[in-house]
Amino acid sequence: MSLPRINASLLLLAVLASLTGCGRPETRIERGVREQILHIANGSEPQELDPHLVTGVTEHHLIMSMLEGLVIEDPKDLHPIPGVAERWDISSDGKVYTFYLRKNAKWSNGEPVTARDFYETYKRMLTPSLASEYAYMLHAVQNAEAFNTGKLKDFSEVGFKVLDDFTFQITLANPTSYFLSLMNHTSWFPVPVSVIAKHGPVYERGNQWTRVGNNVANGPFMLKEWRVGYKIVVQKNPHYWDAANVRLNEIHFYAIESTDAEDRSFRAGQLHIGYTVPLSKIDVYKERHPDLIHINPYLGTYFYRINVTKPPLNNKTVRRALVMAIDRETIVEKITRGGQLPAYNMTPPGTAGYTARAQLRTDFEAARKLLAEAGFPGGKGLPPIEILYNTQESHRVIAEAIQQMWKKELGVDARIVNQEWKVYMDSQRTLNYQVCRAGWIGDYVDPNNFLDMWTTGNGNNDTGWSNAEYDRLIRAAGAETDTAKRHELFQQAEAILLDECPMIPIYFYTRVRLMQPSVKGFYPTILDNHSYKFIYLEPLDKPFSRIQL
Amino acid sequence: MAESPAITTMPAAEPAEEGVSLWQDAWHRLARNRMAIGSAIVLAIMMILSFGAPLIAKQKYDEQNLQLGAVPPNAKYWLGTDYLGRDQFTRLLYGGRVSITVGLVATAVSLVIGVLYGAIAGYLGGKADTVMMRIVDALYSLPLALMVILLMVFAKDMGTNWEQFLLQKFEWKTRLGEYWNLILIFAAIGAVEWLTMARIVRAQVQALRKQEFIEAAFALGLRKRRIILRHLLPNVLGPVVVYSTLTVPAVMLLEAFLSFLGLGVQPPMSSWGLMINDGAQAMEEHPWLLIAPGTALAMTLFCLNFLGDGLRDALDVRASKD
Amino acid sequence: MLRFIANRLLQTIPVLFLVATLTFFLVRLAPGGPFSAEKKVPAEILKNLEAHFGLDKPLYVQYAEYLGNLCKGDLGPSFKYSNWSVNELIAMSFPVSLELGCYAISIAMLIGITAGLIASLRANTITDHAPMSLAMLGICVPTFVMGPLLILIFGLTLGWFNASGWDSARDRVLPALTLGGYYAAYVARLTRGGMLEIMSQDFIRTARAKGADDRRVLLKHALKGGLLPVVAFLGPAIAGLVSGSFVIETVFQIPGLGRYFITSVFNRDYTLVVGTVLFYFALVVLLNLIVDILQVWLNPKLRFE
Repeated sequence: MSLPRINASLLLLAVLASLTGCGRPETRIERGVREQILHIANGSEPQELDPHLVTGVTEHHLIMSMLEGLVIEDPKDLHPIPGVAERWDISSDGKVYTFYLRKNAKWSNGEPVTARDFYETYKRMLTPSLASEYAYMLHAVQNAEAFNTGKLKDFSEVGFKVLDDFTFQITLANPTSYFLSLMNHTSWFPVPVSVIAKHGPVYERGNQWTRVGNNVANGPFMLKEWRVGYKIVVQKNPHYWDAANVRLNEIHFYAIESTDAEDRSFRAGQLHIGYTVPLSKIDVYKERHPDLIHINPYLGTYFYRINVTKPPLNNKTVRRALVMAIDRETIVEKITRGGQLPAYNMTPPGTAGYTARAQLRTDFEAARKLLAEAGFPGGKGLPPIEILYNTQESHRVIAEAIQQMWKKELGVDARIVNQEWKVYMDSQRTLNYQVCRAGWIGDYVDPNNFLDMWTTGNGNNDTGWSNAEYDRLIRAAGAETDTAKRHELFQQAEAILLDECPMIPIYFYTRVRLMQPSVKGFYPTILDNHSYKFIYLEPLDKPFSRIQL
Repeated sequence: MAESPAITTMPAAEPAEEGVSLWQDAWHRLARNRMAIGSAIVLAIMMILSFGAPLIAKQKYDEQNLQLGAVPPNAKYWLGTDYLGRDQFTRLLYGGRVSITVGLVATAVSLVIGVLYGAIAGYLGGKADTVMMRIVDALYSLPLALMVILLMVFAKDMGTNWEQFLLQKFEWKTRLGEYWNLILIFAAIGAVEWLTMARIVRAQVQALRKQEFIEAAFALGLRKRRIILRHLLPNVLGPVVVYSTLTVPAVMLLEAFLSFLGLGVQPPMSSWGLMINDGAQAMEEHPWLLIAPGTALAMTLFCLNFLGDGLRDALDVRASKD
Repeated sequence: MLRFIANRLLQTIPVLFLVATLTFFLVRLAPGGPFSAEKKVPAEILKNLEAHFGLDKPLYVQYAEYLGNLCKGDLGPSFKYSNWSVNELIAMSFPVSLELGCYAISIAMLIGITAGLIASLRANTITDHAPMSLAMLGICVPTFVMGPLLILIFGLTLGWFNASGWDSARDRVLPALTLGGYYAAYVARLTRGGMLEIMSQDFIRTARAKGADDRRVLLKHALKGGLLPVVAFLGPAIAGLVSGSFVIETVFQIPGLGRYFITSVFNRDYTLVVGTVLFYFALVVLLNLIVDILQVWLNPKLRFE
């Protein structure tokens, strides 16, 4: 047989093989395992890649792969471990942190990462003209808030100090026990200010330094490709100080907004790690593919706000009756199904070692009694109560279930109203609602994150509720350095909150996602942060087959 | 071979009674069309079922059974239950009320505006046509989502306000507030859907205008109004009927999008569009949640379509004489 | 004809400004601004943010500046994706939508006109009812059902295509079929209607009576007039197709332009809303112009006026 003929018959064979399905083409994730390329779904298109300008979780995940702060998180339990800083000292009064930077930390352009970089970074973050939405994450630092709001003009008075090229000192306004945990947020990551200056004004938005070609990173990965509305590719950063231990060559972050599209994509072998799972498929995966579905606690609370400024809900007794007449167990078991914990208080249990003592309870009989006490026996005389939610199926079904519970158990007539996201937020801000759905995801692991929002006039209170004693307790906790005493103050505050009920806790979030067993080093964490430098892919013994439900 | 339409529509050969006999003729022809009559009957049954839902359904549309959850069709729940354990059959009946009303009324609104507007523009021609068509172009490009959000925000309480105004000023008791949301849906959908209709009608009228029998009518000095109503409109009926029957299902699905923006029906009430939306998300796990409302929608379209074709044939003087 | 085109383009300019003005003000009427977020932005920051985007200036100044930039062809920076300008966002996503739109139109025309013609030739027989019933089914099955269904069958069960994405040539097949199939149904219905209408008119009857054989009559005379309603429908339909479809892009994960029409409104991304609306308007005008020219060509009795 002559050579061309062999080729032709081989080709024919290949075509036949591909048609019949044996010798089927390699899927994206199989190739990924071979080449150490991780394919991961990452929600929506990021608004930016500049850590000073972003606000969302999607952006946070992307930036975590490219930039590294002074401290980073342990991939398993999130305790602070050395990042750019090799080690650090904390003064005995808990106010001064001194960081010793490693000398081999480099930007992806080969320049060393110095204390000066951090100084310039924080200056940029706090400069009012940049209008960084998350600048308040730095307000724990002495004079940072004054400079950020324009009251202080001289940045040298802010508590950041360059002691030498590799020693950086931060002075806090008050001792803050969770400060190191705070520093894991993207808003504390360094940016290459000298590079930024090359691409436009440093202290204003609209700078193009984050684009491919301009971008310089100091983390384990650096930007390779940015297809807007589709995906972002980062590749291994050869200048990273710990590059020897980074095993992935590339990560592809896909902007997939539809959970259904993402689910199908995962099942076809195009993604190693998913972002969320469609509500109705959670049970199916739990039953048929328990090795693929991962359910883990997530630091957040799903709750309803109550507008306490308008009758009849300005009456505490009515509020307490409504709060008691919700069967949270059934909601998490039959509706949300993602292993969520029913919430009987605001702060997720075990947040930095704090679990609220005070707990609400479900008691229909007591609820009916309370309602009668308030002058509405059997719901008579109570005008209909409106439940507002932003349009999304999962919010709707919960609202429908609660509507039914109130109706059946209390005789209370509830109406459900949905609004488009921004309209809903506007209604919430302007207290143009009666009861409305809300969620709160922690930025850092501390009960303060869940409790100080309820103080008088806090921008995220949005209920009109105000309690002087509560405010005093939260303030006192802010100044307290002893953890046990501090937690005790939070306990008292949360008890007041639960007694007054300006909100109805419903459940504590979980993170539900699909993941291929080939992914290693990806650990569940309560903030859903994952240090990508520890992740790698391992070949499996059996080839991938498309996942059928 | 039939006589030329140019002759049948000549005013001189048009005695006063012919209008009556024309409609009678049409009615007879329609009655003979079995597909059309069958469709009309099916449609009527669907309407009776939907609007008589409170009498027919044994269960309540909002009665939940969380412990039960979604189960496939069985003896007790003919079409199965949804996620919250509610009876799908009952919900389908109730949802039909919303969908059929919205589908028919909103299509009718778009039909009336679109046909009149298109006919006038196409008939007048020249500058008037230019201005009218450029307005259509402009309206085409305004984003629907934005319009609906604005409508919802600014017109939401208007119904209740007007109801009170009418009650106080004229002691006229209305239920405007209750039905306001529905009225807004008609307005929003009608306002979108008439645009394409107008373009189609205009194109048709423009073409017809140049044809002999219309030119003859002009030459005879007939009044414009008469020409438009008696000669132009009947002749654009074909495409109009076809496009309207296509509009109904589109409108029913559009209603679900409006609900998404907060303008449509509010839960626990549902509509076919919303049920299809929800069903599509769980088409693998709970296919019955998609199939039932999908079939209802398809049946409506098929029936309307056969009925529409029948109507068109019945009214079409020329084709019928083949 | 050149004068007709020039005239039409001249007419468009004032309408373009009308559209720009309407959208500019309407989008600012909607509750919530571009920077309202779940966690409240501190007041001082919000002030600086608005200052950066010029939102602190009086509305008429903002409007004047916007129009000034518009005259230069600059649609401004996106409020949400602050790294990109509206021009860039459109320039990146439009080619994708254009490509997909072209496939879809080809499919729609090919299938739609053929099916419509076949149906109209033998009205009220099986060759009429079969393709028409199929077409109607195509209309009732919305794209957000058809898309996932095709993926489940051809992507997940048979494994012929990817479930989503826009990388290889193969990735174009399912979205083009979903989108094209939907429009094919419309085209088929309209073609059949138009053909039946024209076939019943006297000049066709005359031609047939004179013994012209069916095919020649059909192609030479009837097709031109019969396609009139299709052509009128196609103008706006094509504008809609090539500017992308939110549903298709979401279902198949395609980085097209369609999503911006919806999400920019949800994000209150003021500049992107006005920018996409103007772009779409330009497309509509352009395609309607082409359609009007086509109509004259199809019906020589019309003149350019």
